[in-house]
Amino acid sequence: MIDFWILLTGALVASCCGILGAFLVLRKMAMIGDAISHSVLPGIVIAFMISGSRDSFAMLLGASLLGLVTVFLIQMFKQSGVQADASIGVVFTALFAVGVVLVSLNARQVDLDLDCVLYGEIAYVHWNTWSMSGVDLGPKAVWLLGFTLLVILAVLGLFYKQFKLCAFDPALAAALGIPVALFHYLLMGLVSMATVSSFESVGAILVVGLLIIPASTAYLLTDRLGRMIALSAGIGVLSTVIGYGAAVVLDASIAGCMVCAAALLFVLAFLFSPKHGLVARAARRRRLSRQQLGA
Amino acid sequence: MTKNALHIEGLSVAYQKKPVLCNVSFEVKEGQLVGVVGPNGAGKSTLIKAALGLIPSLTGQVQVYGRPYKQQRRLVGYVPQRESVDWDFPTNALDVVVMGRYGHLGWFRRPGAKEKRIAMECLAKVGMTDYADRQISQLSGGQQQRVFLARALAQDAQLYFMDEPFVGVDAATEKAIIQLLQELKRQGKTVIVVHHDLATVEEYFDSVLLLNVELRAYGLTRDVFTRTNLHQTYGGKLAFLDREKVSL
Repeated sequence: MIDFWILLTGALVASCCGILGAFLVLRKMAMIGDAISHSVLPGIVIAFMISGSRDSFAMLLGASLLGLVTVFLIQMFKQSGVQADASIGVVFTALFAVGVVLVSLNARQVDLDLDCVLYGEIAYVHWNTWSMSGVDLGPKAVWLLGFTLLVILAVLGLFYKQFKLCAFDPALAAALGIPVALFHYLLMGLVSMATVSSFESVGAILVVGLLIIPASTAYLLTDRLGRMIALSAGIGVLSTVIGYGAAVVLDASIAGCMVCAAALLFVLAFLFSPKHGLVARAARRRRLSRQQLGA
Repeated sequence: MTKNALHIEGLSVAYQKKPVLCNVSFEVKEGQLVGVVGPNGAGKSTLIKAALGLIPSLTGQVQVYGRPYKQQRRLVGYVPQRESVDWDFPTNALDVVVMGRYGHLGWFRRPGAKEKRIAMECLAKVGMTDYADRQISQLSGGQQQRVFLARALAQDAQLYFMDEPFVGVDAATEKAIIQLLQELKRQGKTVIVVHHDLATVEEYFDSVLLLNVELRAYGLTRDVFTRTNLHQTYGGKLAFLDREKVSL
């Protein structure tokens, strides 16, 4: 049963991250995902201090808010002349540092382990269960992630064409009257949500791996957006399964193994993808030069 | 009496403190092909983007068929510069053209068979039927430009803004674009084109708008496209003009 909960948690994290990651990669905003995953920390701590509990939904709210603040600040600095990558670096490290200070100030009262925030511990998800009138409903993390996945699917399902056009050609989107900024912040809000729901299990750092790596792998494998999103989620889930297996065999960090597995799948796609892979490209070149010689 | 398709009044734009577009006002009658001409950095693309509300303007009003642009979006089609998008995006030519229909679909409706049919018709008009399923990164520059034009046709607008549609395209595509502009004109549509090739202005456009931050001259091409006006618009860069041997 423990295996089941861990795998289910991993699959939910991978699905949430994989779907959103596809859009981040296509909009060339991979590093924004990184920034959000770190700067939600103060949001989590402040929500914790206010609500006084590790109530997941309060944290989700606090962190989503901080995620939006992060994106807003990065945008603002960029527009006032700071280099794009520098403004990302400034904003997320500063906010993360505020979070670290807040955690250390409250370390005595609160049971918020910094290691746990950074690296997560998926092996413990089944300990923190949710029970209603005595009935055990399973791990809280699974409920939270399930809720997040539903929200992501609902929002993207309703506004798929808007998200697609904003990613491909924001100028036309704006000309057609689509509120580009609204969809930008909506996407960022979803990324914040996914990050926070995932951080207890895989941690703030490794969640970036599941946001970006499976999406980048999927990008190499298909030429259609819909397929890329599905593949991205699928590859993410596959990574968590392979990673968990490896972690059990090696007796190593589960989250670490999952992201390593994702990286391994990426390398395989990079080498052997039928269209964009290194091997296929080399073969195409060889065939072309042979034709040239033959002609 | 023909109607005004576009009326721009006192449009000014600045990036940081530098003015890029200064108090530009003009009207375009329905059914005209208008070339927007001027040196690099004259604000030609900025004019289009500000008119469409894609960048903030300091002052100015834009009216399309007598009403503010924001109420008339559906009447306006837009062809951005080809380099403005990532052609490695995972999608095919048909799908890009379908995007032109999004404005007609409202918030929640998804593109269906009808949108695909319209998109195929538009691809046929630019001679790209055979490439509908092609991944967009595998198209040549000229083919990509035709896909963009087909997408604008799918918008089914009355007034079109095109930003440098002739840049980096082959001769066949250039001819196809010109035929398309003529066809749009025949249907009573109005097209405003940012253009950089002075040698073809007289051949392609009914009216020309000479721009260098300020509006330098605007009117029928045969009246306005004169050496004096070009001197005034291009200023010190005129050596380049003489080399190009513009026949005036």
